[in-house]
Amino acid sequence: MKHVIVIGGGVAGMQCASELLRQNIAVTIVEKQQCIGGKIRNWHKLFPSFTPADEVLAAMQQKLTTHNNLTIRTGCEATCITPQKVTLSSGEELRCDATVIATGFTLFDATVKEEYGYGIYDNVITSAELEQMFNEKNVHLKQGGEPKRIAILHCVGSRDEKVCQRHCSKVCCVTGVKQAIELKKMFPTADVFNFYMDMRMFGPGYEEMYREAQTSHNIHFVRGRISEVSPTFNNRLQIKAEDTLTGRPLKMGVDMLVLLVGMKANAHNTTLAKDCNLTLQPSGFMQPKDSFLGNVASNVEGVFYAGAITAPKNIGESINEGTAAARGVVEWLEKR
Amino acid sequence: MINFGFSINRARTIDLDRNNLRKSNEIIGEMPELQACIGCGSCTASCTAGNLTEFNFRKVHTLVRRGEYQGAYEEMNKCMLCGKCRLVCPRGINTRGIVMLIKRKLGDF
Repeated sequence: MKHVIVIGGGVAGMQCASELLRQNIAVTIVEKQQCIGGKIRNWHKLFPSFTPADEVLAAMQQKLTTHNNLTIRTGCEATCITPQKVTLSSGEELRCDATVIATGFTLFDATVKEEYGYGIYDNVITSAELEQMFNEKNVHLKQGGEPKRIAILHCVGSRDEKVCQRHCSKVCCVTGVKQAIELKKMFPTADVFNFYMDMRMFGPGYEEMYREAQTSHNIHFVRGRISEVSPTFNNRLQIKAEDTLTGRPLKMGVDMLVLLVGMKANAHNTTLAKDCNLTLQPSGFMQPKDSFLGNVASNVEGVFYAGAITAPKNIGESINEGTAAARGVVEWLEKR
Repeated sequence: MINFGFSINRARTIDLDRNNLRKSNEIIGEMPELQACIGCGSCTASCTAGNLTEFNFRKVHTLVRRGEYQGAYEEMNKCMLCGKCRLVCPRGINTRGIVMLIKRKLGDF
């Protein structure tokens, strides 16, 4: 029986593993965390349908539980990856017939953008933390009480040369609209302001959700990047931006500021590329073999990619790439 | 008053804490479609009045939404209600209706 190692147990890795298992191929998932699932474990609801994230996760895990040919190795990282062998951080070597890298991305560390006051002021939070709060059904200010005015800032750690992140993280715009609607539903009398650079509503249903946020939920959209955040005497946050559509500076006090943190390439990618002869993009994400005909293939025969390892992607796209990578693996194994 | 030879400019900043948003909320409440504006500028590009004067419909309604009412009524008076903006608006906003609404709400500003 052929054996394939999938590195990363997020949505892309899980999908890839279940497709390979269906083809009667033995699979080992190597996962850094203590359990598989990946980032989706921390999300609350998924745009644009507001599907609970745990429903998607449960369905994917269900597909994996019934298989005997699956081995899950949690709490370990892959240091060297070749089609025939994967070396773990413990020094252990696993033999295989092909490998799939599905290690995803790293969330941008908002403390780097010091001007936004994350980690300095109490009520500056990241979009990931807000998802956690939604999960706990406990969205509140640090000092207690409900926020009356909330600002959501797009492009934190995206399209920003100053923090070496030139790329667009793709899903933050949609997340910002989704979270604004959720906040508005939770606090109907609160004012929610989204500060955006461009609204990139690329997927089906996204633009419709944006319009609904504007007209049904009265969410305010201001085109301009917040330049700085400072505290006020009454423990609120003063934000400054340019309202670029009127060409005038704008300032206001808010109770809570949500930073839509972008997707950063894993720091690990650089060493992985060097040690395994894989090609890296200038953004730090892995370079697929071809943007049209080889999206899930790497420059090394027998090493495949799935999900956000090659670029920021949403959950649906990552799952699809899991399927595509499994298909690529099967074709490659047949050729040999 | 002594003339010191200089003057102090009024701050240009839109201060959403000081601005009274009551009228703005009333306008958005009556015609929520105004919030659907994506700032494309089609209205201003096709505007007959805007071709002859400084009138900029997109900018004026955005300012009104931020609680900046000063001069908005006078600006809206430049509109000839030809309705070309309504024909081109990609979000289907009844722009002529917005002009009339802003004039009605801000007549005393």
